[in-house]
Amino acid sequence: MLRVRDLKTYFVTEHGRGTARAVDEVSFDLYPGETLGIVGESGCGKTVTSLSILRLVPEPPGHILPGSLIEFEGRNLLALPAPELRAVRGNQIAMIFQEPMTSLNPVFTVGDQIGEAAIIHQHLSRKAARARAIEMLKLVGIPDPEERVDDYPHQLSGGMRQRVMIAMALVCHPKVLIADEPTTALDVTIQAQILELLDRLQQELGMAVLLITHDLGVVAGHADRVVVMYAGRVVETAETTELFERPTHPYTEGLLAAVPRIDAPRARLHAIPGQVPAATAWPVGCRFHPRCPYAWDKCVAQEPPLLETGVAGHTARCWLVTEPQRRQAKR
Amino acid sequence: MTSAAQPLVEVRDLVKHYAAERGWFGLGRPRPPVRAVDGVSFAIGGGSTLGLVGESGSGKTTVGRTMLRLQEPTSGKVFFEGSDVFALDGGRLRGLRRRMQIVFQDPYSSLNPRMTVGETLREPLQIHHLSGEVSSLLEEVGLDPAFAKCYPHELSGGQRQRVGIARALSVEPRFVVCDEPVSALDVSVQAQVLNLLADLQSRRRLTYLFIAHDLAVVRHIADTVAVMYLGKIVERAPAADIYALPRHPYTRALLSAVPEPDPRATKRRIVLSGDIPSPSHPPSGCPFHPRCPHPKKNERCRTEVPPLREVPLQSGHLAACHFAEEPMKG
Repeated sequence: MLRVRDLKTYFVTEHGRGTARAVDEVSFDLYPGETLGIVGESGCGKTVTSLSILRLVPEPPGHILPGSLIEFEGRNLLALPAPELRAVRGNQIAMIFQEPMTSLNPVFTVGDQIGEAAIIHQHLSRKAARARAIEMLKLVGIPDPEERVDDYPHQLSGGMRQRVMIAMALVCHPKVLIADEPTTALDVTIQAQILELLDRLQQELGMAVLLITHDLGVVAGHADRVVVMYAGRVVETAETTELFERPTHPYTEGLLAAVPRIDAPRARLHAIPGQVPAATAWPVGCRFHPRCPYAWDKCVAQEPPLLETGVAGHTARCWLVTEPQRRQAKR
Repeated sequence: MTSAAQPLVEVRDLVKHYAAERGWFGLGRPRPPVRAVDGVSFAIGGGSTLGLVGESGSGKTTVGRTMLRLQEPTSGKVFFEGSDVFALDGGRLRGLRRRMQIVFQDPYSSLNPRMTVGETLREPLQIHHLSGEVSSLLEEVGLDPAFAKCYPHELSGGQRQRVGIARALSVEPRFVVCDEPVSALDVSVQAQVLNLLADLQSRRRLTYLFIAHDLAVVRHIADTVAVMYLGKIVERAPAADIYALPRHPYTRALLSAVPEPDPRATKRRIVLSGDIPSPSHPPSGCPFHPRCPHPKKNERCRTEVPPLREVPLQSGHLAACHFAEEPMKG
């Protein structure tokens, strides 16, 4: 459905400090009807990846390098002229953002904002757009939609605003929904409501979802496959159950161990030492080697490619795949 | 002064109501006050941690701020090392503030962007005439002393939160309110900061009030857990008990809402419907009854406020539910 190949999105930094290689040769596929999770810490490039798909990266300072391919239904989105791109964006591929507080316009009613895309893309009349907005509010589980449609964003709670954002994204029945940290700013109970809503809507509408998050707990319950990103690269991909049972890249392993769990006794959490390096100066060799407990001289000298682990669809960018005995030796 | 029998900090029937503005430019009928905190009591023993958990709007942050007198209470008492916090003034209050500190949620807005890390840390030392050193403070929170020359915008979220912790520790407090210190951080950084807080606690024998909206985070640091809903504590128990068998349906729902990193987890998820009601118009009877999924919910829940009471045969386990003896399974 959506094919991303060798995507490179670089940013030119101020004061000539160099080029930030935020997304560096990222490739993945999104199949119809599936949920693909993209996981990583702040600064790993997951949000820039999603913005690049819809060409929402501000240029300058950002630019998507030639050779990158984002193919949607047989067309390269990166080569589309602006009017054709606009017909895809918000219509066939829609996006929901992390912060419902700042992503809604405070001076328009939620009905106006939900209906806007339907007026533009499907040429509905104002009256029909309003009726569609009410229908969408009902779909995302907002009580009294006939009254809420005339509310302004500040009159709604955080959870309700995120539902409005989802209604806005889904108004044209998109084939692909990109959800960038859709629940990060919300309380756990509201987070559970929103994730359940996304699951239900995906089944009803049959769309593919790209779920971007830093929380492996969210991915575990809601994604079919997972792409783990670190330092602008894809470092591991696998089906969700496979990834959680056999995390192969030491970064995935570390992320998984860092999640606080309610079923474990009180204990120190595992923490990955150090922090994500700056995008202007990724480490040479494997980009994770300065933080990796297993790293040896080969990791410093040469960056591994994505290697097949032997299980279908499971790849990891780590030399441990070729020398698994080193992992045993460390344990 | 503090012995095993006497807690370091004690909160008794704390109430904080915010007067609502009158409509019509101050001429209309007064609106009901916002009952942010509505009769909260607990005690924290020296060197231990109370985890205070609830959703946005539950009043948990107001409890922490009122305890430090960053806000004045409507009524109730707070005792710190036996002295009445709300009765102090002037110099004695300032002396007390040195021993009670706070780490804020948002490391982006709680540091002055025009001051270097070194200046931020030196200021409290000068005010309180202390001899501490900036470099040793930075080392204690796991930062290189070279960070003293940096401005907050040059630091990552986790580094800023470490600076926030160093600032709180600079005046050698005994009690620290940690107000959602890891909520804004990525999981891997969150683990680093939680471990740091645990290390500092054992090294300096600190007492924490750890405020969070996430029961999984609290599990890794708290000795006792209190769950708040609409300004009231609905359940309070030793940590092991509350996770093993929560007695209040709200706690049960909060626990089940935590996303677990296990795709094969087969637990039944209790998804609460609706939002937390407005604290200016709390529901009648049990404040949780409109969202309560307990199968035995009945008329009594709608009319009679359940008191926070000890669950029979469960010493130290308190719950405010008419059906605390028959907790929800799942």
